[in-house]
Amino acid sequence: MSETLPRDAAAGTIRDPDFEDDVLVRVDNLVKHFPVKAGGLISRTVGQVQAVDGVSLQIGRGQTVGLVGETGCGKSTLARCIAGLIPVTSGKVTFEGQDITNLSRRAMRPYRREIQMIFQDPYGSLNPRRRVGAIIGDPFTIHRTATGAERKKAVQELMERVGLNPEHYNRFPAEFSGGQRQRIGVARALALRPKLIICDEPVSALDVSIQAQVLNLLADLQADFGLSYLFIAHDLSVVQHVSSAVVVMYLGRVAEQGQKDQVYTSPRHPYSAALLSAAPAADPEAAAARHRIILTGDVPSPINPPSGCRFHPRCPKAQELCSQQDPALENKAGDPPTHLTACHFPVQADEDLARVGRREPR
Amino acid sequence: MTLLDVKNLAVNFPTADGVVKAVRGVSFSVDAGRTLGIVGESGSGKTVLTQTLLGLTPGGDVSGQALFDGTDLLALTDDEMRKVRGAQISVIFQDPLTSLHPLYKVGWQIEEMIRVHDRSVSRKEATDRAVDLLEKVGIPQAKQRVNDYPHQFSGGMRQRAMIAMALSLSPKLIIADEPTTALDATVQAQILDLLLRLQQESNTALIMITHDLGVVADIADNVMVMYAGRAAETASKHDIFYQPHHPYTKGLLESIPGSSAGAERLKPISGQPPSLIRLPPGCAFHPRCTYVMDRCLTEEPKLVAVGSAGAHRSACFLPVSAIGLGGDTEELRKKAVSEHRRAAAAEVAEKIAAAPESEGSVIV
Repeated sequence: MSETLPRDAAAGTIRDPDFEDDVLVRVDNLVKHFPVKAGGLISRTVGQVQAVDGVSLQIGRGQTVGLVGETGCGKSTLARCIAGLIPVTSGKVTFEGQDITNLSRRAMRPYRREIQMIFQDPYGSLNPRRRVGAIIGDPFTIHRTATGAERKKAVQELMERVGLNPEHYNRFPAEFSGGQRQRIGVARALALRPKLIICDEPVSALDVSIQAQVLNLLADLQADFGLSYLFIAHDLSVVQHVSSAVVVMYLGRVAEQGQKDQVYTSPRHPYSAALLSAAPAADPEAAAARHRIILTGDVPSPINPPSGCRFHPRCPKAQELCSQQDPALENKAGDPPTHLTACHFPVQADEDLARVGRREPR
Repeated sequence: MTLLDVKNLAVNFPTADGVVKAVRGVSFSVDAGRTLGIVGESGSGKTVLTQTLLGLTPGGDVSGQALFDGTDLLALTDDEMRKVRGAQISVIFQDPLTSLHPLYKVGWQIEEMIRVHDRSVSRKEATDRAVDLLEKVGIPQAKQRVNDYPHQFSGGMRQRAMIAMALSLSPKLIIADEPTTALDATVQAQILDLLLRLQQESNTALIMITHDLGVVADIADNVMVMYAGRAAETASKHDIFYQPHHPYTKGLLESIPGSSAGAERLKPISGQPPSLIRLPPGCAFHPRCTYVMDRCLTEEPKLVAVGSAGAHRSACFLPVSAIGLGGDTEELRKKAVSEHRRAAAAEVAEKIAAAPESEGSVIV
């Protein structure tokens, strides 16, 4: 594939009228490629995993942006780039007007307090040999904000706030259930009163009744502390519940983005439409009535993505143009200004994609 | 025609901490060509239940009866069971990567399955059948892919290969244990579509174990909801989703985002599932139940017919007519609760109401 075309940064942002002047995080044309090495003693770069390839988005204060996409589409890489955990290849991350792209460890430090993460696996993200009090108290120690009795008090307040019993301060993670562990993760993220919490599949590992408890907790904390969330999930109903804006990613690119209702009620990108139609609905009549779009094939490799539109080998609407020209992420005729789609032939309102002929996978 | 009839199956595992009562007297049946969905949270016993049917729970104390085509699966010797497993009943597991041997070619693993059960099949014939099977489950260029190793397959393709293997001996019953949990939404849709199509072609019975009510809504005919090793409710798919009786079923349905249309707050079930070693007395669900009554604390409810249709059964002391999610039913439930709740139950109910979303007070 040729060099990525620079995209118009402004066209790739969510412009929510309420947050126009109150943007917390802005990501412009972010690119993250991982080199693929080969050869024995002398390694050489034989390719690039194009994990994130030109993504732009904005997160407003107190807003929740949902990030959806399949395994390997670059959701988590994007999150790590925003949190400054891995260096970016090109592009810009702006936090409260400050450019925080590729800062040194020392320069990044104040921003680490502002941007925290909650991880998917409540078993793997807590050190099994440390006590809960120490795990939640770490941020205070690292940032030297509280010590001794003061720290213990702060930790216990946090535990109470997230619905854990403060008396369990000295317990080990193994003594807690999955939902409780996720609460420990939330308490740790909350310790330094961040402005942005990146939630990377925070409820995927939990059972549905416990999942609802954690989602309610996250909603309460947002209301109390004015937090912004970047909420990554593959469960579309969860994203619909928590988000005000939604970004749909496919193979390192944004396929579609907009306010939640715009994307959920009238998806314009065939991939979003397929994803929404494939999501299992816990309602037998709705399940029987809908036209499920069954995509053929699997997500292609990000090392060697398809030419033109990356979705074209699986797209029921693909035409000649799609394999040649990469569609720009732009506002389509008839859509509200915040709704952007990267597709040459967007889905029309009365169109039934399930009836478009199935294509053989390549 | 009833293919599998399980009666009063119980499985206990003796451990150093005490006896784990994983399955506590479960009865159900599956007809040929039909799909039974078994739903429940982690630790509700759904996997142990089905693995026991195949003799895959060594160390467990098993009691009860499981008639498959007239023979009791639980009474079979290991040798006899080996002839049933794979040939008559096959399993599709959740994680296709760990269920396939990483050092053998995918085709070889399917061939092995065929040849182990029928020695008269030649290597060549077995390979041809493996190619046919892979084609049937939608693997492109099956002739070449049969020589690939599992790591060369994507997640969806591995699960297709597992399905091919499960189908290889045309079993009468397939047990699918969370077959799509590890897959993405669009691939999950492909796999469910495939399972349904193959089932219709060959009239195979299917037991679908899942924690995802969406998957059940898609493909099941009948549903069994499990809680703490017992069946809480069994009914047709329609009744489970639109006329639930058991408060646990109702709670599960209500905690799904999007089910309480427009409502900002989700309605989770408070607390968490009990330890299977130290089960609460009475109904195992009572410490989390907003409808807790006096009887629930001491007496374990039996599965009884509820509603009007005979096939709908629920293990709850609420009036049998209290089915559905509407306001009238809610009145009925509240009335029953107000008549049958005295000191002890009121105390439990207060505890649940006081900490509806906090797990903190519950000692693990």
